[in-house]
Amino acid sequence: MALPKYTEPHYRIWHYIYLTICGAVFFFLIAPLFVIFPLSFNAEEFLSFSDGMKRLDPDAFSLRWYKDMIYGTKNPWGLAAKNSFIIAIFATIGSVILGTVAALGLSSRHMPYKGLIMAVLISPMIVPLIISGVAIFFFMAKAGLAATHTGIVLAHIILGTPFVVITVTATLSGFDHSVTRAAASLGSDPVNTFMKITLPLILPGVISGGLFAFVTSFDEVVVVLFLAGLENTTIPIQMWTGLREQLSPTILAVATCLIILSTLILVTAELLRRRSERLRGINR
Amino acid sequence: MSSETKQILTTDGIPLEVSLKKAERKNKIKAFLLVAPLLLFLIITYVFPIGDMLFRSVDDKMVTQMLPKTFKAMETWDGQELPDEEVFAAFHEDFIKLVEDKREGKLSTQLNYTKNGFKSIIKKLRRKSKSFEEGNYKEQIMSVHKRWADVEYWRAIKRRAPEFTGQKYLKGMDMYVNEEGKIVSVEEDRRIHRVLWLRTLEIAFFVTVFCFLMAYPIAHLLATLPMKYSNLLMICVLLPFWTSLLVRTASWMILLQQQGIVNDFFVGIGLVADDNRPEMMYNKTGSYVAMTQILLPFMVLPLYSVMKTISPSLMRAGKSLGGTPFVAFWKVYFPLTIPGIGAGCLLVFILAIGYYITPALVGGASGTLISNQIAFHMKSTLDWSFASAMGLMLLSGVLVIYWLYNKLVGIDNIKLG
Repeated sequence: MALPKYTEPHYRIWHYIYLTICGAVFFFLIAPLFVIFPLSFNAEEFLSFSDGMKRLDPDAFSLRWYKDMIYGTKNPWGLAAKNSFIIAIFATIGSVILGTVAALGLSSRHMPYKGLIMAVLISPMIVPLIISGVAIFFFMAKAGLAATHTGIVLAHIILGTPFVVITVTATLSGFDHSVTRAAASLGSDPVNTFMKITLPLILPGVISGGLFAFVTSFDEVVVVLFLAGLENTTIPIQMWTGLREQLSPTILAVATCLIILSTLILVTAELLRRRSERLRGINR
Repeated sequence: MSSETKQILTTDGIPLEVSLKKAERKNKIKAFLLVAPLLLFLIITYVFPIGDMLFRSVDDKMVTQMLPKTFKAMETWDGQELPDEEVFAAFHEDFIKLVEDKREGKLSTQLNYTKNGFKSIIKKLRRKSKSFEEGNYKEQIMSVHKRWADVEYWRAIKRRAPEFTGQKYLKGMDMYVNEEGKIVSVEEDRRIHRVLWLRTLEIAFFVTVFCFLMAYPIAHLLATLPMKYSNLLMICVLLPFWTSLLVRTASWMILLQQQGIVNDFFVGIGLVADDNRPEMMYNKTGSYVAMTQILLPFMVLPLYSVMKTISPSLMRAGKSLGGTPFVAFWKVYFPLTIPGIGAGCLLVFILAIGYYITPALVGGASGTLISNQIAFHMKSTLDWSFASAMGLMLLSGVLVIYWLYNKLVGIDNIKLG
């Protein structure tokens, strides 16, 4: 951001102070994530930079914590990763179906009590997780679903749907309903219209809602802590246990993998957002 | 011409108005049926269980069920003098049954909550009751221990007669019902919950303030920079947003530990001595720093989406009319961003007030919040009714803010990413 030539000196100084503040905040936001990368390659068992690492000595770096993560004996990460992916995938499918269908209804101008129903549908996102955890635990315990995959998947559907509802209703707000009427006038039944016309147009919103639901489930720890038994351990639970008991560099190796995963998800979400804006003709 | 306008009919001969209403209703039902599956699912698995929490938090049937005959006999007792033989006999009958089921220990724990000193006298009563003779239970029970002859203890039992009680809520506020039936506070050094409530509010408030102070300049920069630069910088906001909460907490644990990088840096620039490294984790500082960084994106995104819509020509107009850049900012730009400020602050405050994971990991004893206390009672003491009561107290606070948010911003205006 270049300043015009006529800017007075004290505004010029103020402008540079402003840029410095912004730089510091960006650093504060992003830098902590980058500490994890180098430390996960530490050859030693400490969680601080060894002298060798500071000298960039190749011997000070190793892949031993990654090996430990994958091959380590009685290591829970394999089971945890498997559970996490299974739970997150099913929770995403459930959230996307329930959330998209509900968003279609909510976007209809005929919908009665829209505000109230929206408030109920969004509530799992607003209510503190600890309260959701307690409430869902009471329900699952009564229904006999505590410490089962099904119970955790259902819990994550509850937590994931608000994101799908929000993103899909946002996409539908720019949706031209005359295309569905055109399809209907050409003899298409509602289901066919939805699959052939509506869904392809709102797909970016659906997928980005799905990504939110996936991340919510994949990262969720509070509710799972109440629900999970030993068999249902997930990556967040293992990290939570590890961070509470002792911080081992293996956790940092896992964390690095998770950061890479979230980068991939971020890129996908960004591409989808831009595509969606292009399709809806929003040029910024 | 008739005085009434002729009704317009559709081709089937039905009045248009009726036909239109019918179609409208059909559309309404259609829209509702689409929402119904999710609504039903959430009501069953989520809304009802929260209602169940309400029920659990006031439920006090345990003692009522253990001493049914006693409470029945006590109905006519005025609580002034010691109860008469009828009550003692009923109590004896109930008690014998409890001893047979080995549940008298539970009774003593429960009664001890109401009044200290029940544990030992119930133990003593169990031993002595084996050699009780039939009839005249009042004399026999009173001879077991002098407290059984004390009317205070019988009043304490009677206080547990109702099936529902608000005492868990009082306990959450560090209050209780004393012998005279008045609501009083516990001694000053035992008021742990009030300290926690205040600390939760304090931390949530300051985290919101810090987030606002840090988010405002960068949201402004992102909104005013050309697209190609701002998109790149946006990644700095979105990557932490998408990254696992536990990963971000872990990175703060590494940074803030005593041999960590932040402390190394402070020692390096000579701010602190090497042998006197400050404790920055497992206390309030840890909670503040980590929570601010983790919640910062939730402040930046709403601010950014509002600032994006403010035309830069407004600031130019302000300046051209003679305002200095500061005046133009304060009088023109800032008021226009208030909706974004409201949205961001309320969102961050709501999230911060219910935070659990981060304070539990980096907060230590002095940085934990009310959520940690709820989890503690759910998992360790297993006092679920107390956990429910505190959860609902927290929830009612959050709902007030949620309602405010809805009034100011509108639920449907929440934007993500």
